[in-house]
Amino acid sequence: MTQTDLTAQTQQTPEPKRPAKRSYTLITGCVLAGLIALLALVSLVWLPYASDDTSGGRLTGPAGDHLLGTDKLGRDLFTQLMTGSRIAFEAGLGSVLIAAAVGVTLGVLAAFAQGWLDDTVSAFLDILIAFPTLLLAMLIVAARSASLGSAVLAIGLAQSAVVARLVRVLAKRVLAQDYITAARTSGTSWPRIVAGHVLPNIWPTLVVNLALQFGLAVLAEAGLSYLGLGAPPPNASWGRMLQEAQATFITAPAGALAPGILLVLLVIGVNLIADGLRDALDPAARRRRA
Amino acid sequence: MARYLLRRLAFLLVSLALASVVLFVLLRMLPGDPANALSSVGASPEQIAAARHSIGSDKPLPEQFAHWIGQLATGDLGTSFVSSLPVAPEVGSRLNVTVPLTLAAFVLAVVIAVPAGFVAAYKRRTWYGALLSGVSQLGIAVPVFWLGMILIAVFALNAGWLPAGGFPPDGWVQPGEAIRSLVLPVVTIALVMSASLIRYVRSATLDVLDSDYLRTARALGSSFGRAMWRHGLRNASVPVISILGIELASTLLGAVVVESVYALPGLGSMLATGIAQHDYPVIQGVLFVSTFAVLVIGFAADLVQRIIDPRLRGRLSGGAR
Repeated sequence: MTQTDLTAQTQQTPEPKRPAKRSYTLITGCVLAGLIALLALVSLVWLPYASDDTSGGRLTGPAGDHLLGTDKLGRDLFTQLMTGSRIAFEAGLGSVLIAAAVGVTLGVLAAFAQGWLDDTVSAFLDILIAFPTLLLAMLIVAARSASLGSAVLAIGLAQSAVVARLVRVLAKRVLAQDYITAARTSGTSWPRIVAGHVLPNIWPTLVVNLALQFGLAVLAEAGLSYLGLGAPPPNASWGRMLQEAQATFITAPAGALAPGILLVLLVIGVNLIADGLRDALDPAARRRRA
Repeated sequence: MARYLLRRLAFLLVSLALASVVLFVLLRMLPGDPANALSSVGASPEQIAAARHSIGSDKPLPEQFAHWIGQLATGDLGTSFVSSLPVAPEVGSRLNVTVPLTLAAFVLAVVIAVPAGFVAAYKRRTWYGALLSGVSQLGIAVPVFWLGMILIAVFALNAGWLPAGGFPPDGWVQPGEAIRSLVLPVVTIALVMSASLIRYVRSATLDVLDSDYLRTARALGSSFGRAMWRHGLRNASVPVISILGIELASTLLGAVVVESVYALPGLGSMLATGIAQHDYPVIQGVLFVSTFAVLVIGFAADLVQRIIDPRLRGRLSGGAR
């Protein structure tokens, strides 16, 4: 490292205030996720073709009546993409709701554990987390039947372990503060402490993590659908669309590319929202991430 | 450290025992009678009862569990309900695919992510530093199976350089063929894995670059390289190793999708078939072996972290995260 590098490093310590530049992350994320959310909302009231309309001829390229062409059964690709975006949002929101409900409850309870119980709980969560979401999901889907509901339940439960571990660490940090001791001394009950002190202090970090979990849930649902364990036909999940288009990747690339691109855009969008929220809610982390 | 080693070893054994109980009980909660899978369609109740008796599912649960543990102790994972073949050799032959696949992908991911993450942090104000961060941001959003599809389309179907899937039936007897068929799966997993690893390496490096001890070392006249080598590397590697442990474990188990994309006869596809057929011994065997691997990897990661960072030694498990 040269002398100039060192000067450059010392100079960056007083971070110049550039709030306008920061919010680009949030804006870009909102635009990306918002466009796909719009697609999903529109699909609720209007679709270019019926989902079982096979009148378009098989594997036509992007042309004329069909914006992106048709799949191997002659169904309109753009119609399927729109339904797929709705399924993606259902999967993401559903899983995150389950993960939040179960994870926050478990995490707060675990935060009160001490000694060997604490060790055991955290080690148990670590082991659970090492098991990939997809594997737990496969077991749950096998126990029930392949449907969007099973997939969402499975992904949500698997993710709740991650949320629980995060909440446990965050809540423990809050519980160690002097004002908790003060609150206890003045006779505040534990439920009131959780509602009045713990949750308000952990929610910024929690919301950011839940946004990231949303993206992961969308990816996991696509993976399950790809394996045939997601929403059954005729629901066009992006994962299943990709699986069906795999054999015709070279001859009809639109079907094998478009769902993947939308999936990536949605996940990037949500991740950018998470990054933007973190910067907005946690100014201390902002400097490090610059 | 010796005391810690003993405690952690005891903990490893206890968690293995607990995991086997949980696994056993959970699997018995799956609906569907395995005896039905054994018997032909329209079998009489007597035949189903006979099938149930032959696989021992008519005995009480504790007795079944004791039987299973007794088998495990001799390295016997039971016999598949469906194929009537012993599970252990099958798991062994599947590991011949899954273990090289996972390890090669893991090594490649580390080789990509550690330098890339360091540059992304150290040169974060240059265009290539920002580019690296951007690429990893993109990478964590790409589903692994889609990346696999694209790589197959480009390198197998279009260019014809590598096979689009499958594994030579003789396995490693044909080493050239076996390696060729693992190249694309390895690259697929490694790229997805390194995307998230880069972020961890980057943030660990940023923490170090920001630290007071690095500034002190520099002020005392150490060169940047020497300060990084003596103080930075050691501090930055602790959180990264803890993530590496989790990534390695979840790749070992999570190869299901990649194995499905590339039609590889690995542990993941064995599990998927087992689940679909309600084949308890297969599911149980695969999950037991992988749980064992996950726990041992966690043990190793904890140990390495404590060798590197003495401050952690009071804590039983989990690293600085």
